[in-house]
Amino acid sequence: MSTPWGEVRRVSTTLQTSDRLSAWKARWGIGRMRYRVEPGLVAVGRPTAESPVLVSANYKMSFDRLRSQLDGQDAWILVLETYGVNVWCAAGKGTFGTDEIVRRVEAAQLQRVVSHRTLIVPQLGASGVAAHEVKQRSGFRVAYGPVRAEDLPAFLDAGMQATAEMRRVRFPLGDRTALIPMELVGAAKYVLLAAAAMFLLAGLGAGGYSAARLPGVGVWSAVLLLAAAVGSIVLTPVLLPWLPGRALSVKGTWLGLAFLPFVAGAAWFRPEAFSGWPTVAAWCLLVPAVASFLAMNFTGATTYTSLSGVRREMALAVPIQAVCAVAGVVLWLVGRFV
Amino acid sequence: MVELRYLPNVTTLDFDVDKCTGCGMCAAVCPHAVFEVENGEARIADRDACMECGACQRNCPAAAIAVESGVGCATFVIMQAVQGDKASCCCSGDSSDCAPGC
Repeated sequence: MSTPWGEVRRVSTTLQTSDRLSAWKARWGIGRMRYRVEPGLVAVGRPTAESPVLVSANYKMSFDRLRSQLDGQDAWILVLETYGVNVWCAAGKGTFGTDEIVRRVEAAQLQRVVSHRTLIVPQLGASGVAAHEVKQRSGFRVAYGPVRAEDLPAFLDAGMQATAEMRRVRFPLGDRTALIPMELVGAAKYVLLAAAAMFLLAGLGAGGYSAARLPGVGVWSAVLLLAAAVGSIVLTPVLLPWLPGRALSVKGTWLGLAFLPFVAGAAWFRPEAFSGWPTVAAWCLLVPAVASFLAMNFTGATTYTSLSGVRREMALAVPIQAVCAVAGVVLWLVGRFV
Repeated sequence: MVELRYLPNVTTLDFDVDKCTGCGMCAAVCPHAVFEVENGEARIADRDACMECGACQRNCPAAAIAVESGVGCATFVIMQAVQGDKASCCCSGDSSDCAPGC
């Protein structure tokens, strides 16, 4: 749309199929680097000098979530350069920050575009934005909006008032499961490598190396390792509130132990792949160790783990995981020759 | 839903009530309702809910709050041990077009 200060991009509040498709792909880590919006001022509806200014990251999912909640509203969106990263992560890194807001306000000449002096900043930007500093440097006061864009219409209707619940970050099932694809993609390289290593090492046995062992023991060992890994990555987020313990490494251990009856079942149906107590003992150590480690790595995706807490649990968990994993591998190798 | 709680007694959150002006910013920005403001003064209502995001510290105009903020991510801690300063907390992997120093 045209303004006295030049052309401003106007966006719709309707998400197209292509938007939803690119959001799905981003969840799988596909094309994430291109999944961004040009920084700067954007118009929604037909904003005037009195219309509110909402600040957004340039991660397209953040931007799309915001604009899709502004149906029927006239507003300005000030998009910050966060390099395609969402509000909360960018705030933690500093890119969704005081400096960038001040920079964009200046670049858009916002003081000439709107007659008021308020910026509505998503609450999760607060870890990167010092409201009093923004006011001092740009003349604009920061009103922190709700955590979730869905609450924006109610927030705006109430005259920029947030309820206590609008200011809380929860971690419901839907949010937890949305993270699973990226967790799988992130671990895939290492998990597949480990599975391939086990497959090849399965050729070892009394009398040297024999490829004849690979289709049996090799395949089943790789499959079991993959099942334990994928099972942990998928079920840790799903079962998170119900797994015992507060440390994620502990929750993962319980999950791994719960897998052991399935390991026993596999041993029953394919005894040739699980012969001997060293092999069985090996899996009893490996499966919980792998599950514990993978669950512990979910801490980065949660909305509530502190760095101090993560360090505390790792100090105990990592040595135990390492010892069990090494012992498990050693026992498994011993099991090749027994 | 069962409330998700993390480890107790670990947070580095430090609040100096003497400096507090009762502006309420800490309570407004905290994602886990750690602070409550009553009678013109803030107090820590739920210490163990703190995830050390640093929003309170950054938005306290009276500098009454200190916390060692960081990302509660085990993978990042591991990467730091392996890569040192080159470790990034970004999950996107590809850092070819990221902010300088990120």
